[in-house]
This record gives sequence, structure tokens and C-alpha cells, in this order.
Amino acid sequence: MFGLNAKNTRLLFLVIFLVAFAPFLMNPFPTDSAMAQFNAGYPDLMQRFVIFGIFAIGFNILFGLTGYLSFGHAAFLGVGSYAGVWMFKLLGMNIIPAIAASVVVAGLLSVVIGFVCLRRSGIYFSILTLAFAQMMFSLAASVLTPITGGETGLTLSLNDPRIFGAGAVDGNIPVPGFFGLEMRSTYEMVMGGWSFSFNTGYYFCAIIMVLAFYASIRIFQSPFGLMLRAIKTNQTRLNYTGLNSRPYTLAAFVISGMYAGLAGGLMVAMDPLAGAERMFWTASGEVVIMTILGGAGTMIGPVLGAGAIKYMENIVSKINKGILEQWFSFMPDGMSDIFVTLIYPFIGKGWHLTLGVVFMLVIIFLPGGLVEGGQRIKSIFSRKKTEDTPADGAKTPAE
Amino acid sequence: MEAIVLQLLSGLDGGSAYALIALGLTLIFGTLGVVNFAHGALFMIGAFCTVTLQRILTLSHTVIDDTQKDFLGNPLKVQVPYIQDWVGESAAASIIDWSVPLAILFAIPVMLLIGIIMERGLIKHFYKRPHADQILVTFGLAIVLQEIIKYFFGANPIPAPAPDAFKGSFDFGVLLGFDPNVIIYPYWRLVYFAFAAIIIAGVFAFLQFTTFGMVVRAGMADRETVGLLGIDIDKRFTMMFGLAAVVAGLAGVMYTPINSPNYHMGMDFLVISFVVVVVGGMGSLPGAVLAGFVLGILQSFASMREVIEFLPGINQVVIYLAAIVILLTRPRGLLGKRGVMED
Repeated sequence: MFGLNAKNTRLLFLVIFLVAFAPFLMNPFPTDSAMAQFNAGYPDLMQRFVIFGIFAIGFNILFGLTGYLSFGHAAFLGVGSYAGVWMFKLLGMNIIPAIAASVVVAGLLSVVIGFVCLRRSGIYFSILTLAFAQMMFSLAASVLTPITGGETGLTLSLNDPRIFGAGAVDGNIPVPGFFGLEMRSTYEMVMGGWSFSFNTGYYFCAIIMVLAFYASIRIFQSPFGLMLRAIKTNQTRLNYTGLNSRPYTLAAFVISGMYAGLAGGLMVAMDPLAGAERMFWTASGEVVIMTILGGAGTMIGPVLGAGAIKYMENIVSKINKGILEQWFSFMPDGMSDIFVTLIYPFIGKGWHLTLGVVFMLVIIFLPGGLVEGGQRIKSIFSRKKTEDTPADGAKTPAE
Repeated sequence: MEAIVLQLLSGLDGGSAYALIALGLTLIFGTLGVVNFAHGALFMIGAFCTVTLQRILTLSHTVIDDTQKDFLGNPLKVQVPYIQDWVGESAAASIIDWSVPLAILFAIPVMLLIGIIMERGLIKHFYKRPHADQILVTFGLAIVLQEIIKYFFGANPIPAPAPDAFKGSFDFGVLLGFDPNVIIYPYWRLVYFAFAAIIIAGVFAFLQFTTFGMVVRAGMADRETVGLLGIDIDKRFTMMFGLAAVVAGLAGVMYTPINSPNYHMGMDFLVISFVVVVVGGMGSLPGAVLAGFVLGILQSFASMREVIEFLPGINQVVIYLAAIVILLTRPRGLLGKRGVMED
């Protein structure tokens, strides 16, 4: 269906199902229960899930398919955010021009950066992208303050021109919307002990993410995607066959830059402010971690990785010592103290430590990320059934 | 003219730090072929060795001093460092005062140990994996090390002053025949530069004039053949990793008076050091040192007021700009060799 094979159609429907019912799936615990802090079904976080999902999907098109490890992708996200806020300032609060502008600006920038950086590969490429991103971060934080708002960030103000929209609504800055549909409006549904929130902004982002995911599946399936995979496997051999691989890598770079711009545009559509810290190289590192954690080169992996990291960031960092003591209170006093002391560094403000440890473990033991983990578990269960069929063994040649 | 000399001087100490880190990075890359993103974390750990030593030296117990009274007239409680009980008051005061240079002695075994554990415990398993995996796992390690330090020492910078003898500034201009007070330069920065020069010279001498160094150089050139000659090259490369960790650590130890150590200082230096390594040429030790000083000096010239007025913001980006220009015009870096990281 939709030009996809059966397996990918299933994957697409799985993603559609997940994002459509996320408000339910993310809120499995009643609001007043002790487990309620594991609920992630509030609009702000769900928006971040899908937005970073888009960012990671885009990054995966570059890294997963061509193997070029960019350490400067946050620059496109940041530039997209700035472009979006400027559209709000100049044109009006409709999010369509803002998102379009972020994609276009990020795309143009990625043409320039890609043209320069893709002359080199391997570690040199990583360093060049890193250098560009750091340069843009420094400039945005200092010299370009009139355009970027410097370290305080770019915010809307009442004096903005907004030629196609109202400058102010009831004396306040108007909120971003989609032809009158406000992004922040939320419908709360209370069912028994549960409360679910359905946010316009979230569903808007979710639709765009499904479209972005669909586009990425099409790219993976296409001859173009095959070409990118050939570049990852052996670029030298590809060059010897007389093919110039650079247009393909540049196209992949620009596409993934535009995905990052789209994510930046959606970010400001949900919350109209943009800051330079979005372009800092740790932000670029974050998307790398997301993609790897989920599984680089797989279609669903980056989405899972983005979800896992954002969940950890928001939920693990909220657990504090009191909650931890409560959990282990059933144990004898000494035991619970030991457990609390052992776990305490990994929660709350220390969630980066958890992130680092998880990331290292994934790289060491599961280079294919969560997706590979899932496949391994699946193969453990399926192997038992088909133990005596040698089909699996016959396929792998002797080393 | 004064301004040029001044910028040249102030470029030297930043450049020395870059050169030291880049030297270690290149050593690791040249011997083990691993791109170590955790090298900045080693620099940071070195800086925190100073802080740790300072804390150990100032460990105190409370003594009631009858000769002094507090504002209520009670005998004053005084914190006395344990070390004072052992060596006497004036000696203790000067030991604490000299804690930064003393930390060098403390940092060498610590960093060597950390380096060897890191190589044997983690990096060893990544020789056969792609470069991207090496970058990523060391990047993860850097995050972990950084967070561990943050957990123990907090997020705020911890000042570690230089010994009193090196506080203040040195009127450098008088030596060169300028007017007094035109070129004044902090003593500690001169010390840092001299220290860096000694370390760099030491590393080169070690590689050039010892049998161990000769074997290592042979191993860098052709690992397989050296192995076939019956030399356990892996063990020597592990030692080189330890040495690189020590170099990074010492760079961090001595940098503490210039910049109070905080947990993310390593990452800040790492990004620039990678640029330095790439500009110098991957795998070339003289290239790394040269590029470190060149970029350090370039950065300090770009921070001159006249230059900033002409090109605003240039001081922030000049290093990256230089890297981009050099990589595009001289793809192997300043002194890079053919065949290193070409794939």
C-alpha cells in the first residue's frame, strides 16, 4: 500500500497507531497513583517525542544510510528555529509559513555546509561539521545578536510587525495557530482515575512525523536509498565503477538537514522562542545518541531512540531522593539505604550519567541499538520452534 | 608592535594547552588507531587531581585555641590541617601553597592508571570496530566521566590558585626594550608555557632516544612486522595510551590556576583539540604541536580590538575557519602523511 511493501506498510501502521493513541499509551497509570510520575502523556513531552523523532529520522537518512557521522546537525535545527520565529515576527502567527521557512532556510544552509564538508569523509567529515556547527553557535550567541537575540534567545514581542496577523490580542502576544486552530489548546478527558490530554499541537506534529516517516521509508526503499547504502558499504569501489558519489551524499545531507529544520520549525510552532543553546554541539551529540540507541540504519530505530531519550530526560530526571526512599522502604533499613545510595547518582540531576552508561552499553553490546536487541530476543523465541530446520545456518557461509 | 608581542605571548599559553591535548590525541591515534573522544575528559580529570590533592592537604581537625577568643569570649575553634601536625606550621602552609605543582606528582600515577584501565577495559575491544563506533563509545565514556566528576565535585568551578611566588605579573616589555607596563604577562602563564615545552620535548625525546620509543615508532609504522619480530607491541601501545593520558592530565593539572576547573572544561577543550589534530594532520606528532601553537596564537590575534572592530565575532570562529580553510586546501593537514585515515 502507498507504494510500500507489506513489511514496511505494517511498520507505517504501527507508527500511526502509536502516535495516534500516544495520549492513552503514555498515561497507563491513574493520575493519583504512586506510579503517576511515570506517565509521559502530557502535551509538552509528547510534542518533544515526535519532534525529536523527526530530527532523528532525518539524521538517520544521513548516518544510517551513508555512514557519514555528522556532529553538527543541531545547527540546522537551530537555524530552522530562528527562521520560524522570524516568520512569526514578520508575517503572523500562522505556523505554515514558519515551518516552510525553517525547512527552506535549513535546506539552503545544508547545501552550503554539505558542499564544503562532503569533500572529506570519515573523521574529517565529523570534525568539519562540528567546526561549522560550533562556528554558527558562537556567532549566534555573540555577533548575530540583532538577528538571533544572543544568549537570551529570540522571542516574540508586542511591537513585531506581523503584517498578515494581529499585532496583539487583548494586549497579549498572539499564540501560534493553524488557521485559527491554536497549537496550545488541549482537550482533557477524564476516565475514572485516568486523565488523558489531547493537544492540537501534538497531533499536528504527529501528522507531520507520520508523513516524514513515510518519506523516509520511501527513501530507504528507493534506488537512491540503495545508492546511499552502497556508499556506506564501499565508496571507493563505487567510485571505481565510474560513479560520482558526491551528488548522492550531498542530496542525503540536504534532506537530513531539511528534516532537522522541520523539527526546529515545529519546535517554535509549539513554543515560539529560539535560543543559541539549541545549536550547541551537545545538542548534535544528543541526536547521534538517539539514532544509535534506537538503531542506526533501521527505519523505526531513530523514532524509538528519540522517544527513549526524551522519556529518560523528563521522567528519570524528575525522580528525587524522597521517591527513591519510598520505593525501597519495604526493605530492611540497612538494605534500603544501600540501594538508595547506589541508585541515587543515576537519577534526578544525574540522569546524564544514566544516559552515558546506557549509551556505552548499547554501543558495546548492541551496535544495532534497540532494534537489534528486539530482533535478538525475537530470534531466541523463534529459534526454539525451528531448531531442526537448517535454513538459518545454510544462509551464512563459512568464514 | 607592543600589541603584537602581547598577543603572541597570550596565544602561547592557550596554544600550549591545545598542543598538549592534541599531542596525546595524536599519540593514541598514531599507535592504536583509535579516535579518542574521551581525551578532553582526561584533561578534566587531571585538573580535578589538583582539586583532590588540595582537599587532601587541607583535611583538618578542629582544635580549641585558648589564646584566641571569639566574639562571645569563648575559646576559638580553629581548623588545623592534619599535615600541620606532622610537619609544622610554616612547612604545612608552603605545602598547601604549592599544591598545584605538587599535584603533578599526584596526577602522574593516577592518570597512568586511568589510562591503562581505560585501554585494557574498553578501548581494546574496539580496535576492529569502525571509527564511528570508536568515536561514539569514547563520547559515551566522556559523558560518564564528566558526570561522575560532577557528582563528586559539584557543577561549580573550584578555584585552585597558583603558588604565591607565581602570582602577579611579569613586566615582559622591559626585557625587550619597550616602556614599562606595556607588556605585562602573568607569571603562571609563562610557567605553563615552559612546562608545556618541557613535556612536549620530553615526549619527543622519549620516542626518539629510548629503545622503548624506537619500538613504538616502529610499531606505528608497521605494527604487523614488529609483532612478527616477537615484540609484544600491544603492551607497549597500552603504555603509550597511559602516557597520552598522563600528558593530558598534566596539561589539566597546570591549567587549573588559569581557569578554575569545572566538570565540562574537558569537552570545551576537546572540540578545539580535535580541530587542532586535524589541522596538524592526523597521526603527525610535530603537526599536532605546531597546529596547537599556530591556532592558539591565531585565536589571540583575532581577539585584538582592532581586528574585532574590523570583523566582528572573528575571535569566536577563527579556529574553525582556519580548520575549514586548511582542510579544503591541504586535505592531509599541515604535516599529515599519506595513507593515514584516508579511508
